[in-house]
Amino acid sequence: MSGIPHDHYEPKSGFEKWMNRRLPVIGLMYDTIMIPTPKNLNWMWIWGIVLTFCLALQIITGVVLVMHYTPHVDMAFASVEHIMRDVRGGAMLRYLHQNGASLFFVAVYAHIFRGLYYGSYKAPREVTWIIGMLIYLLMMGTAFMGYVLPWGQMSFHGTAVITGLFGAVPFVGEALQTWLLGASAVGQPALNRFFSLHYLLPFVMAGLVIVHIWAFHTTGNNNPTGVEVRRTSKEEAERDTLPFWPYFVIKDLFALGIIMAVFFAIVGFMPNYLGHPDNYIEANPLATPAHIVPEWYFLPFYAILRAFDGEVWLVIAVDFITAGIVDAKFFGVLAMFGAIVVMALAPWLDTSSVRSGRYRPMFKIWFWVLVVDFFILMWVGAMPAEGIYPYIALVASTYWFAYFLVILPLLGVIEKPLPQPATIEDDFNAKVAKSKGGKAAAPVATPAE
Amino acid sequence: MFKKLTLSIATALGLTAGAAFAAGGGGEVTDYDFSFEGPFGTYDQMQLQRGLQVYTEICSACHGLKFVSIRTLGDEGGPDLPDDQVEAYAEFWEVFDPAIDDFRVATPNDKFPESGLENAPDLSLMAKARAGFHGPYGSGLNQLFKGMGGAEYIASLLTGYTGSEKEEAGVILYENTAYGGYLAMAPVLYGDDVEYADGSPTDIESVAQDVAAFLMWTAEPKMMARKQTGFIAVMFLTVLSVLLYLTNKRLWAPIKARAKGEPAE
Repeated sequence: MSGIPHDHYEPKSGFEKWMNRRLPVIGLMYDTIMIPTPKNLNWMWIWGIVLTFCLALQIITGVVLVMHYTPHVDMAFASVEHIMRDVRGGAMLRYLHQNGASLFFVAVYAHIFRGLYYGSYKAPREVTWIIGMLIYLLMMGTAFMGYVLPWGQMSFHGTAVITGLFGAVPFVGEALQTWLLGASAVGQPALNRFFSLHYLLPFVMAGLVIVHIWAFHTTGNNNPTGVEVRRTSKEEAERDTLPFWPYFVIKDLFALGIIMAVFFAIVGFMPNYLGHPDNYIEANPLATPAHIVPEWYFLPFYAILRAFDGEVWLVIAVDFITAGIVDAKFFGVLAMFGAIVVMALAPWLDTSSVRSGRYRPMFKIWFWVLVVDFFILMWVGAMPAEGIYPYIALVASTYWFAYFLVILPLLGVIEKPLPQPATIEDDFNAKVAKSKGGKAAAPVATPAE
Repeated sequence: MFKKLTLSIATALGLTAGAAFAAGGGGEVTDYDFSFEGPFGTYDQMQLQRGLQVYTEICSACHGLKFVSIRTLGDEGGPDLPDDQVEAYAEFWEVFDPAIDDFRVATPNDKFPESGLENAPDLSLMAKARAGFHGPYGSGLNQLFKGMGGAEYIASLLTGYTGSEKEEAGVILYENTAYGGYLAMAPVLYGDDVEYADGSPTDIESVAQDVAAFLMWTAEPKMMARKQTGFIAVMFLTVLSVLLYLTNKRLWAPIKARAKGEPAE
């Protein structure tokens, strides 16, 4: 699959030859798992495995949970309690699924910011990036619909708020919202269709994950230097790369082991800390919670949604120019989705010829400001929209857009990049030589030979 | 970079929760010591039994526990009553049976009755639902940063009445420091409201903590099993990670030796 020259699968046994003539599936698996991978990948390249694991974990626990869940407004909440109390291992299953969503988003944000820093989105990996963004959007949709299923207070009123966003679309908004909910308000039809889609979308995601992997197996992995693997001959390519199995599989599994230990500590000792306590109260359409907050992983974009209210001059201007078609509410919705669209367009907005942020002194600063900005948005998204908070949200949202629409295009023109290593091999050798110095000070135990 | 990211995530979450609580207002919650706190905390079986008695004699006059099966009173990691006591206890309740369209005496397989008073909330999950405390900005993370949760809130609510009352729209409301305002529920504990068979103290604070512990159990009956599973999983994964670390190190050793220009192996 990969454009990097390497040994291909040769069927050896009689069965393999027989199979290979009919369906070359063993060869496909072999070439996938043995793909030449840049030697110098660092620890930020482990999130792919974590994400794959999360998807599998969510699908497996989810399929079992469905066996005991009832998607009915009068029974959903009780059926979740039935899982928590009467189903053998049910409490663990449900907490794994619930906190698995959080792990999924921690990993996807780390994965996305890794891509942004090392320029993984740049040519020729734009398609990988776009597919990744689609998977991320599906993740958000799936997580949102999953949160509705327990039919608690936050489930119900959160759904009312979020589907209300579609009601902000000019002319067709109300019809669109009714179509989405299957009724004029959140109720049985909405619960049924969210349940159906919550079950369906993960499998669509799994399909896209295969395409995502296929795409970057075609271009080859990016790496911390952003320098491409030499492809003129197999010998040269082999000096820049190692096969994925066993070198990166074992490394990734080690990282996954540590992350799982932390994850199980959270599931075992504090499974409800990341959720909202109000969701342990059964949905009551008549009692609206005083403060409706989305789950933590939506907060940055929720902050952007709320940032552009009717007092921002830009919003007022747009409202005026479009003769009220784009009002403050719809502007907020456009901003929220726009925040993800500009990120998806990064491959075309970034004009720098240098891929990795490591060799871009000015970019580095702006990038880390973006990371801080992301956390500020997350924090301010949890705050009430009063006092100083809307101003913070507005500044932070503006930076998010400025980074993609102004800073990335300009930096490519004005920035003077640092020299890059000639090859991945050079970078790897330099890194190993450097780590030797560290080891002399603190010797690490090695297994007996 | 990984370290930096985790640090910043931790900081951001910290900011979120800390500030969220500061902005929340709400009432004053006392940080009572409960036996089930922390990763190794367990329910105190005797306390759960006392709490059951308080619930039965006082709370159940208005409130229900509609998600809790009576038989689970005999479960390990709970009040752990012997079978004959569970059976005898079940007979205390009458439940509505749709099959005979009438009320009948409950059996252990029935659930506790629902709230008898219309606007009294069901208490099955109250200890989890109030984990962020009263107030609009309560988040689950409060439990991490304040080191306390719904059980503390319940105990504080029961002990937090100031004695001040006011009438609003024909309803008498009672001031409560844990609630942070006036609420419809009248004070229920006055001291020596129950008589414990084991001679435990029956002052307001003790009784409030007993019933709060019991309601923590009704909200999270599998807590002890969960913590145990979590502990075993963390231990297992730590050992696995160490083994994978050593495997990884050995796997890469010849590659790194070659990179340094040393002879491989």
